[in-house]
Amino acid sequence: MNAQSAFTPPPTDKLSSARFTVPGIKCAGCIAKIERELPKVEGIASARVNFSAKRVAIEYGPAIDEKGLTEALAGIGFEAQAVDDNPLGADDAERKQLVRALGVAGFGMMNIMLLSVSIWSGAEGATRELFHWLSALIALPVIAYSGRPFFSSALMALKHRRTNMDVPISIGVILATALSLYETATGGEHAYFESAVMLLFFLLAGRALDAVMRDRTRAGIGALLGRMGKSAQIMREDGSTQTIASADLEPGMIALVAAGEALAADGEVLEGISAIDNSMLTGESAPDPISESSVVLAGAINLLAPIRVRLTATAEDTAIADIARLMDEAGQSRSSYVRIADRASRAYAPAVHTLAALAFVGWMIAGAGWHQSLIIAIAVLIITCPCAMGLAVPTAQVVASGALLKRGLLIKDGSALERLAECDVALMDKTGTLTVGDPMPKFSHLSEAHKSVALALAQSSTHPLSKGIAKQLQANRIEPASLSAIAEVPGEGICGSWGGQDVALGRPLSASLEPGSSGLVSELRVGNQRHLIPFHDSLRSDCAETLSLMQRLGMKPSIISGDRSASVEIVAEQLGIEGQGDASPKDKLERLGALKEAGHFPLMVGDGLNDGPALAAAHASIAPGTASDASKQAADAVFLGERLMPVALAIKAARATMRIVRQNFAFSICYNVLAVPLALFGYVTPLIAAIAMSVSSLVVVANSLRLNGAAK
Amino acid sequence: MTSLLILIPIALLMGACGLAAFFWAMNSGQYEDLDGAANRILIDEEREESQ
Repeated sequence: MNAQSAFTPPPTDKLSSARFTVPGIKCAGCIAKIERELPKVEGIASARVNFSAKRVAIEYGPAIDEKGLTEALAGIGFEAQAVDDNPLGADDAERKQLVRALGVAGFGMMNIMLLSVSIWSGAEGATRELFHWLSALIALPVIAYSGRPFFSSALMALKHRRTNMDVPISIGVILATALSLYETATGGEHAYFESAVMLLFFLLAGRALDAVMRDRTRAGIGALLGRMGKSAQIMREDGSTQTIASADLEPGMIALVAAGEALAADGEVLEGISAIDNSMLTGESAPDPISESSVVLAGAINLLAPIRVRLTATAEDTAIADIARLMDEAGQSRSSYVRIADRASRAYAPAVHTLAALAFVGWMIAGAGWHQSLIIAIAVLIITCPCAMGLAVPTAQVVASGALLKRGLLIKDGSALERLAECDVALMDKTGTLTVGDPMPKFSHLSEAHKSVALALAQSSTHPLSKGIAKQLQANRIEPASLSAIAEVPGEGICGSWGGQDVALGRPLSASLEPGSSGLVSELRVGNQRHLIPFHDSLRSDCAETLSLMQRLGMKPSIISGDRSASVEIVAEQLGIEGQGDASPKDKLERLGALKEAGHFPLMVGDGLNDGPALAAAHASIAPGTASDASKQAADAVFLGERLMPVALAIKAARATMRIVRQNFAFSICYNVLAVPLALFGYVTPLIAAIAMSVSSLVVVANSLRLNGAAK
Repeated sequence: MTSLLILIPIALLMGACGLAAFFWAMNSGQYEDLDGAANRILIDEEREESQ
């Protein structure tokens, strides 16, 4: 459970621990199954599921290794991926720091408020002085601890001769504390300790919410990532093998790639017949058969049998690295986007500073004396401090992203929501985005007996098409026939014997492909009979609904795909939108560039690595959970499951969020317009400041909570 | 006035206890898996056997 101890094996009983990402954990039943079944495997001491992060921490003895653990998890039906180090550690630490600061500020606020309320209700003389001193005693360490995130950020901004939201906050807090200390020491009537601490508390709440939202999504996306080959088994001249990290590989080396392993570099097959899954590169799920002298690319997964590969391009020279570079360049434009909170503070901070300075100068000229003038200037700073503004954006975005999460859409950060709201044109990829991307077999023409033979054969194979057949037949409640002498021939298929008849399931012997199908076909042979089983990549069930909702939202969806123009046209016609086929990654970039130049804000929805650059270049982008790792990283949001609806809902919710954010800002500004004159004319006491601050913050939070139903 | 000398330290102490409890909860990972805790309550089985 405790993340810190995950990699320090206790020396006493020689247990090691490892953590695995298991995206398939979906319910209490999964938790129970993993935690009950795993310890029964020899060598595993205990297993603990973290449901929120979809992780399993396993303690194990020397009898089993990490590979064995993955197999044990696979044995009870969960696909697992070892988590090497703690890649989320840094963000985690930042969030925890913010929450701790929030806790301390809350403690300080409550206790100082206790004392302040008694002062406001009439404590006098020595009692008031005692209470002021006690408040100071609590406030100083609390402000020193809880204020650090703001002070350090303000300092950083000032060093670069810029100003941000943290500068007025820091100045306000420090001045208010210093003045209150002076008042306390000289026995003055008012001290502003509670305002300073309360300000920190509300602002920290906003920051902590922002961090929680980022972390929650990162954990979700991290659980989906990590299939790229990070190392390779290299065969040395003496025949022994050695594991070498992908960065240290060199062309000319000979790598041994086991079934199920991902390639770490580009190369040429020397020996072996197998099929590879190129979905990481292309987003297309159909496996490619490979044999001697076939070219294989890094990121592809070897599916059937072990192969030997002579490496031709490694590390920075691989095809995948090329696309990554293109994505990097395309992503530059997005980093110049300025978030709405920063835009507001850029206008707001100088205005507040000027106002406070003017108040001070004005009262000095009016002859109020420096003490009175300073108190008024500080009251202006405190009353205008962007408490409600600090909460306006994060509360709305956290509530909206939580609502979207329930509908299966993970938003990466607040800036993504803001950009999604601005999109007015949508470009969609076809395969894997509009379609499920998982070819489904059609066997309505088979008899029941043949179906059960097909199931029995398909069950014994690891080939993706066989898995698809088995899954579909099992869903139709077909019982497998009992077969004997089952054998698999890599690249050909699987065969066996059924009641004296030879049966086989595999590549069609006659190469007559049905036109119009996705080109994928299996053949079931029973004795002399042959049945073709075609595969179709069907459209997501709610495609039409989603597109019509997008059109109602004023967006113009169209298809842009790397697939053949003919098959793109069929889909486009079916959905009644425009479609462009045969588009290379560069074509997609150009199309986006043209749209941007015409003043549009394009949304890109795609899954393959060939969509990667377009995902990075678009104003906002969404990828399905089945997309390649690189695409999921480039996209602003990831949607899970079979339905396409979350894409349209994301736009709808993002727009609702921006509406609420604008309302929150409008409210904060109204409140300032009312409160500032009071402060300027010296009517703001600490009591009024405290009430005004809490009420405005509560109104903003309550308004943001209305977004709970935004994703419906 | 004497009542204050007793009551204020008590108030502060109680607040500090709450803060300490919050820090303990954070450091011992009570907030690591909020959804998991909500789901675990649905698991009904004799956990004693497997432990």
